[in-house]
Amino acid sequence: MGAHDLASRRKYNIMTLISWPFRNAAAASRRHLRSGVIAFALMALGPGAAWADDLQDANALLKKGQHAQALDKVNQYLSSRPRDAQGRFLKGLILTEQNKTGEAIDVFTKLTQDYPELPEPYNNLAVLYAAQGQYEKARQSLEMSIRTHPSYATAYENLGDVYTKLASQAYDKALQLDSSNSAAQTKLSLVRDLITGGTGNVRPTKPAPAKPEPQKPVAMAAAPKSAEPAATAPAAPAKAAGPKPTAAPEAKPAAKPAAPGTDEVVGTVRAWAKAWAAKDVKGYLAYYARDFKTPGGESRAEWEKNRAQRINAPKEIEVNIDSPRVSISGDTATVNYRQTYRSDKLKVASNKTLVLARSGGKWLIQQERSGS
Amino acid sequence: MARTPLPLSGILAAVAAAVFVTPAFLPAAEAARRPAQHPVQHPVQHPAQHKARAETPAPAAEPQSAEVMLNAALEDIGKGRFDPALQRIDALLKSYPNFRLGYLIKGDLLLARARPLSELGSAPKAPADRLDDLRAEALARLRAYREPPTKGMLPRYLLEMPPEQQYAVVVDTVRSRLYLYGNDKGQPHLVADYYISVGKNGSQKTREKTPIGVYHVTSSLPANKLPDLYGSGAFPINYPNDLDKRMGREGHGIWLHGTPSNTFSRPPRASDGCVVLSNSDLNIVAKHLQIGLTPVIISEGVEWVTTESWSAERKKFLDQFEQWRADWESRDTDRYLANYSRKFAAGGQDYDAFSRQKRQVNAGKEWIKLKLANVSAFRNPGREDMMVVTFEQDYRSNNLSNQMKKRQYWAREGNRWRIIYEGAA
Repeated sequence: MGAHDLASRRKYNIMTLISWPFRNAAAASRRHLRSGVIAFALMALGPGAAWADDLQDANALLKKGQHAQALDKVNQYLSSRPRDAQGRFLKGLILTEQNKTGEAIDVFTKLTQDYPELPEPYNNLAVLYAAQGQYEKARQSLEMSIRTHPSYATAYENLGDVYTKLASQAYDKALQLDSSNSAAQTKLSLVRDLITGGTGNVRPTKPAPAKPEPQKPVAMAAAPKSAEPAATAPAAPAKAAGPKPTAAPEAKPAAKPAAPGTDEVVGTVRAWAKAWAAKDVKGYLAYYARDFKTPGGESRAEWEKNRAQRINAPKEIEVNIDSPRVSISGDTATVNYRQTYRSDKLKVASNKTLVLARSGGKWLIQQERSGS
Repeated sequence: MARTPLPLSGILAAVAAAVFVTPAFLPAAEAARRPAQHPVQHPVQHPAQHKARAETPAPAAEPQSAEVMLNAALEDIGKGRFDPALQRIDALLKSYPNFRLGYLIKGDLLLARARPLSELGSAPKAPADRLDDLRAEALARLRAYREPPTKGMLPRYLLEMPPEQQYAVVVDTVRSRLYLYGNDKGQPHLVADYYISVGKNGSQKTREKTPIGVYHVTSSLPANKLPDLYGSGAFPINYPNDLDKRMGREGHGIWLHGTPSNTFSRPPRASDGCVVLSNSDLNIVAKHLQIGLTPVIISEGVEWVTTESWSAERKKFLDQFEQWRADWESRDTDRYLANYSRKFAAGGQDYDAFSRQKRQVNAGKEWIKLKLANVSAFRNPGREDMMVVTFEQDYRSNNLSNQMKKRQYWAREGNRWRIIYEGAA
């Protein structure tokens, strides 16, 4: 993995399948191994150590082409952590290698539902759709991928390919050309790609810039789905209404005079982010209202457990809240902002929305949404 | 690392390039901002037509016309609004799935997201002839949209229509356009206009060309009795007419007809001489065609005139036509024959034979009463000044009465019109 694979992966110009979690997982595993035999001995004791091993084994088996065994391992891993993103992502990759496209699509689709802030599952979903010749679906997935992660180079490259493919289909219809041959070629290339390409990591090495670049909204304007007319005016990114104020400079205050309570709400959001970054799980969870709507509809306990795991897993977490925009109506506040999350395992920049409710003089989070 | 967004200049340039081919056109973006304005010749857009083109919501049952949808998309492109443009094109292709030009523009809109485009129809490795055909169609449709007929301007041809002639068809083979005119108490008014394809070799019928002249619809052939090539129906016209025969023009079987099922429209120059409409357009036009009655005037570029100049030409001609009637009633053979050209030829007679016969006949007349009804007068398109007049003639005299439908061709000689042909219509 790493630079070599990255370079070789770049050569494939059809579509690039991403194996994102594994650079991070592998790096973590290497650290794990380096930490020595003691760790190895401890692994036998609890599931906490064993699952990391399962994931690593599954990954190694996949690289060796032992797909069935890799799938067993990853299923084993997932049996104790059914919602784990990395495990499910790996499972999606294994299924892809096994040509179980339908199942792989299923895995990646559910990942996008549970982790809409992650661009990679969208990307891979697009690759699978494209392999099936479903370029319109591929385009939608890639546009989602870019929306969650506007500087995502791989998704842009793939999207460029999908646009080109869609364009060529349209041209074929315009010019009465038989497009069946080229469609078949695309599929074949993808299969070869998967077999020979290994699972290199092509995630952009640079993290998403904390400050949005001025071009970003334009780049997005080329891609967004039709449902958002405000975002489609390429020349006027500042106009972007709705929860996509990414172009608004951080320093610039909200256009409207701040409603009373705005400072309070922003203060709460920042304090929540601080607790998160400090890995203060208890403090972090205390910012959520009793009637908080869990993103996947899971039980509060399950969600809390999951969050605790996610927060505890990395050594370090950094959470930045940029360009918050608050609207308050009665005892309900909606905050749109740009969140940059960095840990030793993951870097994600995304647009987020928090809905808070005032209760007993405190603002508590009722809803948490990613994407725009 | 992020892909640079490129489409803006690309597709804009593409459409602008197409639009710029004719210098009179405004730059696409500018024109799109003020669509009602018009370059040099046509300062004001026809309000009725403007309504029909853009504002009238289509009835729920029928989708908007393909051209209305296409133009809306092109307007979006001109304004740099590519996503709405693509949505419009997608909607267009949903309603008209065989609209090849729509796919070409869709391809451009998509490809523009991946790389810059330099022209309309950027399909790589496309067969040049097919691409050229689609570009020509795009240009013809764009021109029609950007240069609609101006209010107050009329085709010179529609001089006189009787009330029973409710509509007239005027074809422009250069602009690939068919104009449907209604007869508003003798005054033509534009109802709608449509993209058409004409003969592979343009107009002036000799071979695979569309004839120029004044014709009328002679019959209606339903789609179920026709090969697929003719689409949703066909309306033969009376080519070759008497004038064509006089000129020795060859060929036959010039029809207005529809489009085969595998395509929505055909390139501007595609037919064997017929005037071809999309099936949806033909079906609309068909509702207005009266068999044996509706004139089809085919021009190589419509001559547009002001209402004043139209009125003046109309009056001058109809006065002479009335003079001919009065001169006949007068039984003054010299006055009567002054209405006929020395080049007159009809029914096997030249001018001399004709004048001899008339003198002989007139000698036996004590009185003549001539009533003319349902007069139509159309100026023949083209360089020669020629009128085609059709009417019902009720002739009564002391020794003979006769009723007939008659057609005359009048040619300008110096400052007046003279008859060069007449016969039963």
